[in-house]
Amino acid sequence: MGERDWAIEARGLGKRFGEVTALDGFDLAVPSGTVHGLLGPNGAGKTTAVRVLATLLDSDEGSALVGGVDVARDPQEVRRRIGLTGQYAAVDEILTGRQNLELFGKLFHLGGRRAKARASELLERFDLADAGDKGVKAYSGGMRRRLDLAASMILAPQVLFLDEPTTGLDPRGRGEVWTAIRDLVAGGTTVLLTTQYLEEADQLADEVTVIDRGRNVATGTPSELKNRVGGDQIEVVAAEGADLAAVAAAFDGVSTGEPTVSTEHRTVSAPVADRVAALSTVASRLQASGASIEDITLRRPTLDDVFLRLTGHRAEEEASSPEAGSDGPLAQPATYETGADARTGADGIPDERESTEAEGALR
Amino acid sequence: MTTETTAAPAADLTPARHSALWWAVSDCAAMVWRGLLYYKREPSMIAWQLGFPIVSVLLFVYVFGSAMDVGGGADYKAFAMPGMFAMTMAFGFMNTAYAMVVDKEKGVMDRFRSMPMARSAVVSGRGVSDLIGAAIDLGVLALIALAVGWRSDGGWLQTAYAFVLLLLLRFALIWIGIYLAMFVKGQEQAGNLFAVAFPFGMLSSVFTPPSLMPDWLGFIAMWNPVSSTANAIRELFGNPVATGNSWIEQHAMEMALVWPILITLVFLPLAVRKYQRLSR
Ligand SMILES: Nc1ncnc2c1ncn2[C@@H]1O[C@H](COP(=O)(O)OP(=O)(O)O)[C@@H](O)[C@H]1O
Ligand SMILES: [Mg+2]
Repeated sequence: MGERDWAIEARGLGKRFGEVTALDGFDLAVPSGTVHGLLGPNGAGKTTAVRVLATLLDSDEGSALVGGVDVARDPQEVRRRIGLTGQYAAVDEILTGRQNLELFGKLFHLGGRRAKARASELLERFDLADAGDKGVKAYSGGMRRRLDLAASMILAPQVLFLDEPTTGLDPRGRGEVWTAIRDLVAGGTTVLLTTQYLEEADQLADEVTVIDRGRNVATGTPSELKNRVGGDQIEVVAAEGADLAAVAAAFDGVSTGEPTVSTEHRTVSAPVADRVAALSTVASRLQASGASIEDITLRRPTLDDVFLRLTGHRAEEEASSPEAGSDGPLAQPATYETGADARTGADGIPDERESTEAEGALR
Repeated sequence: MTTETTAAPAADLTPARHSALWWAVSDCAAMVWRGLLYYKREPSMIAWQLGFPIVSVLLFVYVFGSAMDVGGGADYKAFAMPGMFAMTMAFGFMNTAYAMVVDKEKGVMDRFRSMPMARSAVVSGRGVSDLIGAAIDLGVLALIALAVGWRSDGGWLQTAYAFVLLLLLRFALIWIGIYLAMFVKGQEQAGNLFAVAFPFGMLSSVFTPPSLMPDWLGFIAMWNPVSSTANAIRELFGNPVATGNSWIEQHAMEMALVWPILITLVFLPLAVRKYQRLSR
């Protein structure tokens, strides 16, 4: 176990579905009491990893301990220690919210009376007390997801798996679920959260594991990962396309990497090390050059930048693959340019739910 | 959210300690409670399940009834009503399959499988609640049959045994329903099960005696398990049976037991194995 107390320890997990390799030597180590983000595009293997750890799926290779118990050897004991909120709200639509929680309480072996009491307690806590006796059919997406969260909290589990807990929710529903998750975390539950929303991992996770094609790509705190991309960026928007060369020249000797020029959006951006000094140097050079400038900004890189750097492709590239459609929206393209084609990187096909789903999903 | 921020609840959440058998029964009971809540919350479910049998019987008795001759001058109504009972049981496996498919698709099945409940309870709970549901269905159908003038001329015991045979057929078909549900991908596909159910229910002695069908069709209909149950209960009810001289028709009483037992022996292990293999 080493010095740290691990809530989840997985080594070399492999899982194939026929020709598809969903997990390919996947490792994961999550310290107790932390929130760990599992970040990756559609089809990366997030759900498969969660299903193996939650005892729903047998892996072909590798081993995993959850709460110190081997998932393959003693799945029933693992089930006593975990809660699971799947990608789709797994609650009974015909029953009421209260009946759902009572049923699950009984099946968690609390006995009828304690199951009833726990149901009331959780309805209260997840802000569902008023809707508790209504059929789940009448619930909004956010309410269902909160009921689902409540159901996975019945035994106050040691480890909670949340598979894309906000996919398909509008911004309000997402906010509600985030608040609920933060409450759980404050109580000491270890959370493994999968997400395609870069912002979500940034907002909620202590550490992030980036997964792509079933393999680990990187692990670290959100800020560590951002630093790997090369720190902060200065972005300049020129008023005239003709000035772009002059603008790029202003970065000479200041930026830590080649400036990226986009003629389409008339922007130049480059990573810099010394934030304020670099900004003032670039600004005074631009003033001297006489180029007319519309905007100049200094910003931290987003996790989207991280993804691009680490995997060599953007998170949303996968969105145009055939299997993506059913699996929910992806983050919208980053708001800066990495090359002339960055904005149309996803084949120029915007996600149909982008306006409601991906809004604010970056930064 | 409320201001409470601890995950630790006020009450003790240590699961109760009992033997595995105790939990197998108790978890099954919880699943049955869930199944029965469905009837309370959506009573229209019964209408959906019985709609087809009722409409078809009214059609056959009142529209075609006068033209139907099952031989020996027997009353068609008395012939068709037991057939309708058997057909409803035969179609029942669709209800089982549909309920399982919905659970699978909505992720409820995954939640059950991620919980420390008895592994058998999902399947056994489904079985018991569907049997109770079938008993409710039969009760409603019997009342309708009585209302349109059907009577059992058999003794009290024989009549009760007839209903036991009907439930036995339904019990056997639960396992086919669960087994098929494991292959069905979504709710829409579940509707296609009717393509299996319809010939299974209709290619039988339910509405017409197989002896009046073309030879090959009659042969299939005779050997259909639904026919054996239908003929056995007709005999028990003292209703016209209209059987031919084939061995299978002469042994309806025995076959009404043998068929369901055979089906259960084959499909119960298959269904349980398939359910356990969801983790593959
Ligand atoms: N039951 C399954 N049968 C066949 N292929 C599957 C199955 N589950 C997942 N896959 C495939 O495995 C890959 C990883 O899927 P998944 O773990 O769901 O990814 P994510 O949750 O990151 O979107 C995908 O290519 C997916 O199509
Ligand atoms: Mg997924």
